Amino acid sequence: MSKPMRITLNVWRQTGPKDPGQFERHELTDVDEHMSFLEMLDVLNEKLLGEGKDPIAFDHDCREGICGMCGIVINGRPHGPREATTTCQLHMRTFSDGDEITIEPWRANAFPVVKDLVVDRTSFDRVVQAGGYVSVRAGSPGDANEIPIPKKDADAAMDAAQCIGCGACVAACPNASAALFVGAKVSHLGLLPQGQAERFDRVRKMVAQMDLEGFGHCTNHFECMAACPKEISVDFIARMNRDMLSAMVKEKDTVPGRKPR
Amino acid sequence: MQKALTLYDTTIGKKALMAVTGVVLFGFVIAHMVGNLQVFLGPEQLNGYAKKLHDLGPLLWIARGILLASVVAHVVVAVQLVSRSVAARPVGYRQKKNTATSYAARTMRVSGPLLALFIIFHLAHFTVPGVPMGNYEHNARDVYANVVQAFSIPWVSGVYIAAQLLLGFHLYHGAWSLFQSLGLSHPRYDDKKRMAAQTLAMVVMFGNIAMPVAVLAGIVK
Repeated sequence: MSKPMRITLNVWRQTGPKDPGQFERHELTDVDEHMSFLEMLDVLNEKLLGEGKDPIAFDHDCREGICGMCGIVINGRPHGPREATTTCQLHMRTFSDGDEITIEPWRANAFPVVKDLVVDRTSFDRVVQAGGYVSVRAGSPGDANEIPIPKKDADAAMDAAQCIGCGACVAACPNASAALFVGAKVSHLGLLPQGQAERFDRVRKMVAQMDLEGFGHCTNHFECMAACPKEISVDFIARMNRDMLSAMVKEKDTVPGRKPR
Repeated sequence: MQKALTLYDTTIGKKALMAVTGVVLFGFVIAHMVGNLQVFLGPEQLNGYAKKLHDLGPLLWIARGILLASVVAHVVVAVQLVSRSVAARPVGYRQKKNTATSYAARTMRVSGPLLALFIIFHLAHFTVPGVPMGNYEHNARDVYANVVQAFSIPWVSGVYIAAQLLLGFHLYHGAWSLFQSLGLSHPRYDDKKRMAAQTLAMVVMFGNIAMPVAVLAGIVK
């Protein structure tokens, strides 16, 4: 059994979307270094409940680093100081005894705070709904490898598809831009043969929705890639830009049933 | 269903416009520097070059029109995008650590407006009568003398040198990031792009700084 750690937390508390919110200070004296960051928060919440106080609301689901639910800005970095790690996979051994840790929610207009550290990321869902799909006959599944796909394309599509939609890219971006997320979603389908039919329509719809949600623009700081727990590459942003620009140059309006203007 | 968008309606389109106008302006600063460096070749050379430019007549005005349009588009789109970015994060972080960005990238929105102010100063300085700021007569036919006399004033040279430092940083981030904005990124060339942008930006920066420094040092007189 390792020595218990003493941790001071500055936690963002906000009762609801309308509340201006403020930081609250909490001391924990018996943090185990093998706890995950979220387990540490669980311990704090148990303590708060015992004291009859409102526990800190934070998002989490699988706690295996694949669902994309968790996400807190820890000491100024989305998902904390470790690279390629979600908040749930961050362990207290990353910190030192006596550390003071500041935790804040994702800060973006398109991610309004629901409560404390929980933000509403349905703007991402709407971006995906706008074009992050392929229209296919939903019958019995085809044979594996029925459609030949070059290995390098399959790999690149898989790299893009790794995005778990946690929103750390937006949180890290100085402009609160969703370029990395949208770039990954556009590229993931756009790289595969099944995604070709709607490729240029998709990028237009998804970019339009991204802009509509009030995300900022990309100014190539690449903070998103540094924060991404799945290490999605900014090359997908370039690919989205390329697809978008060629869609604009090539086609007037590909939405069915619409006259080109 | 999404409305049909024009390039200008989207953030990606606006960034492409920033990139394209940036290329035009980058091209101009290189040509401007190469032209002005003729100050080191003596008065005949520089004044002869100035006369040649003036004799272009309508062509010169077309070039000026393109430059002006590029500057206006570059500035208008920048203002739109920056205000969008500000609105995108109404509540800031108490603590935010940057890990990947560069000083040049973070200061684009500072170096941009300062450069715009400098361009206004620079144009007024060498063209509007009464602005030369010194005890000398501004002579439109004698560019060489104008340069030497203007740069003999230390604070004027100081402004020019400071502006060139800003320009260097602005060009560096602009030059390599425009490829990303236009979707011309490729892992094979990405490292080289940074190097090339750095080199080009430094060439322009030091090339321009050389002139006031040479005048102050008495090399060009």
